Parts: sequence; structure tokens; C-alpha cells
Amino acid sequence: MLTLTCPYCGIAACETELTPGGEAHLTRFGPGSSDDDFEAYLFLRPNVRGVHFERWRHAMGCGKWFLAARDTATLEVFGTYPAQTTEPPEDIVAAIKAKRPDWEGRP
Amino acid sequence: MRRYSAFAIAREAARHHLGWERAWRSPTPKAQYDVVIVGAGGHGLATAYYLGKNHGIRNVAVIEKGWLGGGNTGRNTTIIRSNYLQDPSAAIYEKARSLYETLSQDLNYNIMFSPRGVMMLAQTEHEIRGYRRTAHANALQGVATEFIGPAKVKELCPIINIKGPRYPVLGALWQARAGTARHDAVAWGYARACSDMGMDIIQQTEVTGVRREGGRVTGVETTKGFIGCSKLGIVVAGHSGVMAERAGFRLPIESVALQALVSEPIKPVMDVVVMANTVHGYMSQSDKGEMVIGGGADGYNNYTQRGSFHHVEETVRALVETFPIISRLKMLRWWGGIVDMTGDRSPIISKTPVDGIFVNCGWGTGGFKAIPGSGWAMAELMAKGHSPLAAEFGMDRFREGRFIDESVAAGVAH
Ligand SMILES: Cc1cc2nc3c(=O)[nH]c(=O)nc-3n(C[C@H](O)[C@H](O)[C@H](O)COP(=O)(O)OP(=O)(O)OC[C@H]3O[C@@H](n4cnc5c(N)ncnc54)[C@H](O)[C@@H]3O)c2cc1C
Ligand SMILES: [Zn+2]
Repeated sequence: MLTLTCPYCGIAACETELTPGGEAHLTRFGPGSSDDDFEAYLFLRPNVRGVHFERWRHAMGCGKWFLAARDTATLEVFGTYPAQTTEPPEDIVAAIKAKRPDWEGRP
Repeated sequence: MRRYSAFAIAREAARHHLGWERAWRSPTPKAQYDVVIVGAGGHGLATAYYLGKNHGIRNVAVIEKGWLGGGNTGRNTTIIRSNYLQDPSAAIYEKARSLYETLSQDLNYNIMFSPRGVMMLAQTEHEIRGYRRTAHANALQGVATEFIGPAKVKELCPIINIKGPRYPVLGALWQARAGTARHDAVAWGYARACSDMGMDIIQQTEVTGVRREGGRVTGVETTKGFIGCSKLGIVVAGHSGVMAERAGFRLPIESVALQALVSEPIKPVMDVVVMANTVHGYMSQSDKGEMVIGGGADGYNNYTQRGSFHHVEETVRALVETFPIISRLKMLRWWGGIVDMTGDRSPIISKTPVDGIFVNCGWGTGGFKAIPGSGWAMAELMAKGHSPLAAEFGMDRFREGRFIDESVAAGVAH
């Protein structure tokens, strides 16, 4: 059972309390953008086997969206953080690098 | 290859079974092939088979990182049906279903195709309308299905509780020539036939990179060294994203876990397949007597072949209400597979941005039923550059907004 700590309420929530929301840190391309950018934003995903940044909603709790860094090949969780950011914060990156020295950053 | 037959069984019985041959060779890879297929699941092996059988291309290697059929092909609940809503889906799934009818004879390998009938329960007013619509669409597509009422459901499957308090059974979409087959045998039968045509199936070898020159594929890096090829087919289901990244492009695919479980064997209690899509549960009984149970996929990216317990709990809870007889069964085995999900829940059979590389993926939770049709189409696409069955399934359809939307049509698609 996957457990993620909601960064707003500090509760270690089990996944039945949470709703997954797909990859995090996507740059939104809207009207006026090129076809390539729009396609990549809407559909194309690196679908990483390894360190993955993703959106979760504390649906059965505070109802807010937050972000998590997780390894899709081991189910290990590196940490969670508020959604009001375009890049993973430094402490999360450090936590990942401590355990995955070869990690090359987000694709 | 020595053919299997009743006579062969008698002959071998008379000489202590010493004359059986290995079903396929385990060759060392050659330096160069006309075609390399990555992934010896059902779809990869069927692609190789029809390349040889329909197009005379036999200088082919199928490279598999584990053992053949050990991916989703050996992990699924074996439901075969073709009652899809959209025309391109009905065409390829019905092609597959009709090839399954005679596949045992074609391969000289008993794949145990059992057209016992599949019913998809309508448990809400919305589902009744949806399945009536599908039945009409199927009539136009030449796929034999019908919408049946609750009394007929009960007659076909007496153990079903049609008056469930939460989700009463209001009717069902019934396809009489749908059913199941032995999943391992499908992989083994194709593998044996491919090997017999002189193709090399190379197991325990991972493809770790794709070599390209001037926008064209020249071969693959593997854990057994470089293997050259003129054309490359990537048919790796849950690992499609990983392989695409190695080949230098991206796919509209996310990989998630899907689970299944089987009970202890009991006497025969049901001889049809029942799918209850609203409650995310489906069940059939294997020839050994086990109840084979599947449910919904997880919602988050995962490569571990382990899924979330609460999905299994939801599935079992719903099925116990629908089939009270199973409430005290013990479950024997429980496992997961990593399925490759597209946004419209339809597959991708396509050329790619790299010349000579073709991809077949996105079958997600429901590609076992499609194996023969998918291999047929993929082989034609790789041999000729175009296949009528595959035409609508190109990866460009997302960019162009031509979705083949089966997610709205089915809710789930096993
Ligand atoms: C629990 C469950 C239940 C299901 N139930 C049904 C059902 O009832 N009906 C239905 O129609 N479908 C069902 N499906 C879906 C079905 O199993 C799949 O769509 C289908 O088997 C996919 O076949 P494949 O050949 O594409 O993939 P796989 O059988 O997964 O084959 C891909 C192969 O590629 C290999 N590979 C990956 N990466 C590499 C690499 N780098 N180098 C070499 N080899 C590599 C893997 O080891 C694997 O053997 C179910 C799936 C699951 C998990
Ligand atoms: Zn919260």
C-alpha cells in the first residue's frame, strides 16, 4: 500500500485517501503554440522507469493537489512537496541524489 | 519439425516418450537480420510468424529479455472478444477473434480456444444505452453480438445474483463466439512455428540501445552484443516508453499495474465469461476449475508488476455480491502485469520518426484477444509500409485529433 505525506496537513495518507494525477511539472502549451509543443504537452510522456515526479490530490483529506517524487521501478518515495512550484525543490533533489548518485535529472 | 497429432501421442506412448523434440531452438544470435523484433510476447511472436507466413520474410530474430511469454501474455485473464464500438477496433479485434477460431490447426499447437461466450453486464441505465448502441454498431460491422435481458443472463449463468441490492443486473451485451484461450500456449505455439521457419528466438537478452545512422535504424545493442537489422519492430507492452526513449522518440503511453487472481479449483459452476464493468470485476472458470478474476488498473505509473491491494479488494467485494457462491473461496495466486495505456484506450501500430523502426503497443489491459490480428497487421505494415487493418492506429492520430475512443465506449477493456 502506497503511503504519501500530504505537505499541507502533514498526514501520512494511504493511497485510498489519494487520487493520482499523472506527471508533474508539465509546461502548459495552449492556443497559439506549435503543433509539436501542443502534442508533447497533451500526450507524449517519458513514462520513466526510475525517478518520477507526479501529481497527487489529497482527495479524502484537505482536497489539495501536491507533488511527489517516487521511483517507479522500486515504489520508493523520496518525498512530497506543495504544488506551487515549477521545479522540484532542492531538498527533494538532494534526497534523490543521496539514494541515486547516477540520476541525471528530469528527462 | 515433427507434427503433433493423436498418432504422435500413440507413437510416443509406445516408446516411453523419448521421441519428443524441443518446441523451439535456442540459437546464438547472428550478426545481421532483415528484421529484429524486440519482445517475445504474443504480439511480437505473432508479428514474426505472419512476416514469415504471409510475406516470406524469414531472416528474423525475436529478442526477449526474460523468457518468451513471461510478460503480460502469460499474466492475463485470457478473455477474447470483439464487441468494440469503433469501426477500426471492431475490424482488428474481429480479425483476431476469427484467426483464433482456427489457430490451433494453423499452428499445429493446441491453444485451447474456447468460444464459450462473453457477457458484459449492464448494471446501470447508462450501461443499457451504451451496450444497445454497441450491439447496433456491431450489427453494422458484421460482428455477431446481441443485447439480452436479465432472464437470459440468469439462464446462461445460473450462479449470478441478478437482484444485487447495489448493482442489479439489467441486461448484458452477449457475444456467443467470444471466449478464452490458453495464454501460454498462444506464445508457445507461435514460437514453435517461428523457430520452424528458421527464425531465431533469443531469450535472456535485453535490448539496451538502438543504433541509428542518418535517421535510419542499423541495429540494436543488446546484453549479448550488437545485432544488425534493416527493420526493427518494438513490441514490448509495458516497457514501450523505455524502448522509445532508447530509440530517440516519445510515445503517448503511461505504464501502470493491472492485477488478477485465481481461486482454488472447484467443480464446474459457470461456462461463460462474465464482465461487470461498472464495478470493475470480471470472472470465468478455467478448465482446472479455478475461478479466474480480474479487475481495474491502478492509476499511477509503476514498473514493479505489483499493484495496489485496494483495487483487488474492490473487485472481490463487487464480485461476491454478484456471485454469492464465491464468498468462501480461497484465493490461490495473485499477480500483476505492467500495462501500456494510451489516452483513447486504443493500441498503436505505427511507423515512427525513425526510418525502419515500427512500434506495436498501447494494448493496455486488453491485448491478449488481439494477438493474431495485431501480428497480422504489424507484419503487413513492416513488410509493405502500409496495412489496412493498422491504418487508423498510427501514433499521429493523437496529434491530429483522430482518437479511436474506446474508453468512453467500454469503461474498461479487458
Ligand atoms: C492482469 C492482466 C489481465 C489481463 N487480461 C486480459 C484479458 O482478459 N483479455 C485481453 O485481451 N487482454 C488482457 N490483458 C492484456 C494483455 O495481457 C496484453 O495486452 C498483451 O498480453 C500484451 O502482449 P505483448 O506481446 O504486447 O506484451 P508482453 O507479453 O508483455 O511482451 C512484451 C515482452 O517484451 C519484453 N521486453 C521488454 N523490454 C525489453 C527489452 N528492452 N529487450 C528485450 N525484451 C524486452 C518483455 O520481457 C516481454 O516479454 C491483461 C493484462 C494483465 C496484466
Ligand atoms: Zn492534505
